[in-house]
Amino acid sequence: MAYPQEFLYTKDHEWIRVDESVGTIGITDYAQKELGDIVYVELPKPGEHVTAGEPFGTVESVKAVSEIYAPVSGEVTAVNSKLQNNPEMLNADPHGEAWLIRVRLADRREAEKLMAADEYEAYIQKTKAH
Amino acid sequence: MRYLPNSPADRAAMLRATGHTHIEELFAQIPSELKLCGRLDLPGPLSEPEILEFFLQAASQSSRPFVSLLGGGAYAHYRPVVIDALLSRGEFFTAYTPYQAEIAQGTLQAMFEFQTLMTQLTGLDVANASLYDGSTATTEAVLMALRVTRRQRVVLARTLHPEYRQVLETFVRHQGVEIREVPYAASGQIDTTQLEAAMNAHTAAVVIQSPNFFGTLESVPTAAEIVHRRGALLVVTITEPLSLALIKPPRDADIVCGEAQSFGVPVAFGGPYVGFLTAKENFLRQMPGRLVGQTVDTEGRRGFVLTLATREQHIRREKATSNICTNQSLCALAATIYLCLLGKKGLRMLAELNLAKAHYAAQQLRAIPGVGTPFTGPHFNEFAVKIPGDVEELLAQLREEKILGGLNLERFYPELKNHLLVCVTETASKAALDRLVEVCSRFAASPKLEPQAGAVHSAPVGGDK
Repeated sequence: MAYPQEFLYTKDHEWIRVDESVGTIGITDYAQKELGDIVYVELPKPGEHVTAGEPFGTVESVKAVSEIYAPVSGEVTAVNSKLQNNPEMLNADPHGEAWLIRVRLADRREAEKLMAADEYEAYIQKTKAH
Repeated sequence: MRYLPNSPADRAAMLRATGHTHIEELFAQIPSELKLCGRLDLPGPLSEPEILEFFLQAASQSSRPFVSLLGGGAYAHYRPVVIDALLSRGEFFTAYTPYQAEIAQGTLQAMFEFQTLMTQLTGLDVANASLYDGSTATTEAVLMALRVTRRQRVVLARTLHPEYRQVLETFVRHQGVEIREVPYAASGQIDTTQLEAAMNAHTAAVVIQSPNFFGTLESVPTAAEIVHRRGALLVVTITEPLSLALIKPPRDADIVCGEAQSFGVPVAFGGPYVGFLTAKENFLRQMPGRLVGQTVDTEGRRGFVLTLATREQHIRREKATSNICTNQSLCALAATIYLCLLGKKGLRMLAELNLAKAHYAAQQLRAIPGVGTPFTGPHFNEFAVKIPGDVEELLAQLREEKILGGLNLERFYPELKNHLLVCVTETASKAALDRLVEVCSRFAASPKLEPQAGAVHSAPVGGDK
């Protein structure tokens, strides 16, 4: 699966697409493949605050429970409620249908520290090599 | 782990290396008055037949037929012999839930049935495969509520088992959790006005016990209404789960937990016991400990496995739902066997027998001039009795009659001077109860060294009868 050019990426394998001041956040295709069959997703509620680099939820697969880290800080404006009953969407369409939350960015400059698609692809190649 | 003793030569070599001439020098910091000088005052060694004879003698002296009216979290019920016969089978005889489903289907199925039985009794959706005991089950329930609500205040009924409160306080002492205690009303139940007052927007959980430590039943729906209005969770602790065979299940609670010792586990000096924890389904992923689930194998046959293990400590380390929540597989199995032996009807009949006997005893005691049952709320097989005199003195007189008369409530509730907690199960015969009443009548009628006028009563429970 190709990594969309319009996304920015974290070293913890989350992506963010920033439109104006709102960012849509998800986990990458690499992350879902590493986790395996996803059975449960735990997300914050709208109105809660997330902080860049801090965990805001968990993804549970048949083999592990992993934290999801926020790429940026801000207030949660929307949560993908479809994931509650259909967590397997995260395996099928991690860059589209299975987005996790939307956040109103507190500081747009935080996004500048993230990786572009080609940088991220190079990063996971390096990770795989180890 | 191997035990490697050291020889006198080893010790001499170690002393040389550390620059000491005598081992006593290593203990120099310990004040001499705290040291044991000389040998322990023990008799010499005995041969195996002599040891057997010694314990047979001791047993014949201590097993005089005492009737126990002690409750307070541990309940003397009759244990059918088949429990131990099944428990001690090699296939079952382990204290732990096995990880390997391939070789442990029998034990896993038994645990699955234990979970099913617990949910049937409490009326909630899911149960785990047991916890250490009632006190840690209550603590784990509170920790669960803290995780679910992300709040920091916990409100406890003063009628929650005092030792359970201590265990909980020990667990959360360094976690920034604020604990509030709510007093009891004249009925012996939680004071609902005070409960309202103790609640705020930071309250994660309220813990009540029913029947509570005084044996009094609480109104779970009333408490649930108050608790849920503030967005907190209601935890109901149950130390005498036999009561659930007669009383409406506490379905309004979010978590129901407690002690299942009543079901086929001996009183045995306080342990091992078996904790249980049941919850509403939406809190499933915050539950501590092991859960056994039913599934099908690759050939479509029914099977059982440990489930949700990804939240457990061996996979998730510091983020696990709990790191100190051992389970009690063997005692949970005893409870499962016990409940299956009695069945729904048998359990109900047993509960009715407990209720009838306890209410008979309470009635007879109340009829004695000067004796009363102060709490007006309804009770199951346990109740408080106020006597005109010193509880320890009465207990001593009862022991002469081969009766363990109950628990001195002043030990945990300084305001309840001259109050005795009496528990009557099916193991107390009518003859024994009549003997109890007789001793209490004699005690109440005898002149006291300390006249009662001198004993000022500070408890809000006043009226005898």
